[in-house]
Amino acid sequence: MSKGVAITGMGIISAIGNNVAENYDALINARKGITRVDNVETIQRSEIMVGEVKFTNDQLIAQLNLPTSNNYSRTAMLGAIAAKEAIADAGITDIKKYKTGIISGTSVGGMDMTEKYYYEYLTEKAPQKYIESHHAGDSTQKIAEQLGLEESLVTTISTACSSAANAIMLGARLIKSGKLDRVLVGGADCLSKFTINGFKTLMILSDTFNTPFDENRKGLNLGEAAAFLVLESDEVVKAENKKVLAYVKGYGNANDAFHQTASSDDGDGATLAMEKALKVANLKASEIDYINAHGTATGNNDLSEGRAILRVFGEEIPEFSSTKAYTGHTLAAAGAIEAVYSVLALRHNVIFPNLNFKTPMKEFSMNPQTELKEKELNTVLSNSLGFGGNCSTVIFSKEA
Amino acid sequence: MKKVYINSIASISPQKTFDNNLFLDEITDYNNTVIFAQDPDYKQYIPPAAARRMAKGIKMGVVASKIAMDEAGIETVDAIITGTGMGCMIDSEKFVSAIIDNNEQYLTPTSFIQSTHNTVAGQIALGMECKAYNFTYVHSAISFESALLDAKMQLENDEAQHILVGGVEELGAHTTKVHRTINHIKPEAVTISEILNSKTEGAVFSEGANFFVVSNEKKESCYAELVAVETFNTLKKEKVSETIESFLEGNNLKAADIDVIVFGNNGDVDFDDFYNQLSEGIFNKTQQVFYKHLVGENNTISAFGVWLACKILKTQSIPEIVKINEIKTSEVKTVLCYNQYRGQNHSLLLLKKC
Amino acid sequence: MSELKEELKAKIIEQLNLEDVSVADIADDDALFGDGLSLDSIDALELIVMLDKDYGIRLSDPKEGRKIFESVQVMADYIKEHRTK
Repeated sequence: MSKGVAITGMGIISAIGNNVAENYDALINARKGITRVDNVETIQRSEIMVGEVKFTNDQLIAQLNLPTSNNYSRTAMLGAIAAKEAIADAGITDIKKYKTGIISGTSVGGMDMTEKYYYEYLTEKAPQKYIESHHAGDSTQKIAEQLGLEESLVTTISTACSSAANAIMLGARLIKSGKLDRVLVGGADCLSKFTINGFKTLMILSDTFNTPFDENRKGLNLGEAAAFLVLESDEVVKAENKKVLAYVKGYGNANDAFHQTASSDDGDGATLAMEKALKVANLKASEIDYINAHGTATGNNDLSEGRAILRVFGEEIPEFSSTKAYTGHTLAAAGAIEAVYSVLALRHNVIFPNLNFKTPMKEFSMNPQTELKEKELNTVLSNSLGFGGNCSTVIFSKEA
Repeated sequence: MKKVYINSIASISPQKTFDNNLFLDEITDYNNTVIFAQDPDYKQYIPPAAARRMAKGIKMGVVASKIAMDEAGIETVDAIITGTGMGCMIDSEKFVSAIIDNNEQYLTPTSFIQSTHNTVAGQIALGMECKAYNFTYVHSAISFESALLDAKMQLENDEAQHILVGGVEELGAHTTKVHRTINHIKPEAVTISEILNSKTEGAVFSEGANFFVVSNEKKESCYAELVAVETFNTLKKEKVSETIESFLEGNNLKAADIDVIVFGNNGDVDFDDFYNQLSEGIFNKTQQVFYKHLVGENNTISAFGVWLACKILKTQSIPEIVKINEIKTSEVKTVLCYNQYRGQNHSLLLLKKC
Repeated sequence: MSELKEELKAKIIEQLNLEDVSVADIADDDALFGDGLSLDSIDALELIVMLDKDYGIRLSDPKEGRKIFESVQVMADYIKEHRTK
């Protein structure tokens, strides 16, 4: 189990950019992508802010060159765009050359089409093509189809907001155990009335820009995005003389087993996830150089996660920030979005600021990094915490 | 690398399978296009305060997990991994229809919270106070197999000793109606005995929960050794035999070494040929069994196929009702399960007597 | 007033799906959260929607709810004073 898991390519589409370069540019220039929602018709429009990809579905269809008869959900289209960039970035021209798989995370799946045509499905023929795109696995099947991957391990994880982090974890395990030589891991989720109204009923949506780890935080902004990373075994890296962007060094998943939606006050699950990841990485907490926190800006998450970070890191907490103020909370995709950001941080030796922070939380004295900071980084720890108590941590490193 | 054993089983299905002492002794015949799971006494397992928000799928999952844990004789596990292709349909439908019917007003959170795919795994963890690894796979007909593969890797590498793995689906009324419009559900009611010869498109839809405790140590209650599991997003009909043979070869076996093959045919005239070609081809001298006539079709019903294989291996008996052909076998040592849904998401699963 | 309290009890039971509880089981001063009926934060959100829908009272902060939902008595007093329908 001492094999390295190399990251050799990345792709992303989010509210702050349509590819990796655009996302990086926005990150270092403190340019957030939070606006009113344009592509989802909702009566909540004036009450919420979102991190939205501004392309319409028709524009996405055109970008992907899909026939008019296609039945792609928005999740599948966002996912396909990010997946294609990742494969190109990794310099993969023949996807069948090595034993390759795809693991994606999604929570919404094809819900955007289901909610649009819910009753019409029963009477109208035209939209019925979308019935089969409802289930969560469909978006991943479509991504495989776009990449020409056949007869392979293609699966989907849905553990709410930690889904993509868990996809990375499974991918790393598949490489380490020799089941696959190469695996595309990540996640995709589009905005939908379902999630907008769902989070609204929980009263955790902010009506303005979200402010992670701020005393006066008012809740989260939902976002939509997709991101994928190519993981490859040491053998493939060697045989293909691949440039390695970073390594997946450690990972851990634990359940808070506290409440269906809320995190425990002491962050038990998050603490366990971070501890497990450190153990797998064979690193001490003091060897982590930067934490990309989950930091959704809800009252509950930031307190619980903050306490967990304190428990794991004690007095010596490295710089930490949440990038949710840029992108909104992209639910199942968040773990992959932030994996891309963690790798960018490592590549460029830079810590992205936690935007919109003003007032320290009264419960503890730790404050996020609020300005762009250059620092030699060797390890980055990224948290993803979700509904159902699902807590995940992934550690990325420069060296294997 | 450690070996992996299925130490306990639990099944809630349209047949009375929740009692592990029975093995399809009494069969409930249906004449329908949609069949529901037979309910155990949920109250015996779930306290009312915990049950009040649970839709049927969650109850089935929680109870099946308890039956499996009891049989394995353990209190907690190192991981809980579930598979569900469609997720919590009842609450999803409730919330979507409320959004539309009330024009996004006066919505309440319960059905939204309960609609997420990982609700069942989360509720099991909550009930067991289990803070361990907790995953949910949601990839159509291979959701359960993905969960099993994940568990198998962790057990082989000794990262875990006992893992609870299960598949669960519930029927939602609207989703059923919607699937009728695209002929995924059979147009006319069929009985158990007619289903394979129905010559119509679509399947009989169903629901249920099948859970297992898999471990890297063999317990007294052991049903089978889980030797291999593999999934394929696509597979052309012409390539199925060849793929199975190379899968078996990877495990140092030939088709002739398989004592029982468990097929996932559901009587859909458009897709049963995936199995029929094997019946007449590489497995024509092998004892063939099937189960979807008894328990219907859903995204994780292949877990019932594993339940059936486990029962056959442990009891060394094959109920007549599941037999496709009649081949005399002195001892059942090796069982292969093959499943696909609508020509996609194929799975192969190899079990041995323990 | 007692009519409103009975109405609230019935609504709480129905809305929160308290299968094994009857109106007679809930005393006016019983704690709804914690030791009494053992309601939780999800129930509080359900009750906030009920206040809005049935009595025209809008709460923007779920924390406000916790005080109002202390008991049926407190709830009834609050509704009487603030209801718009």
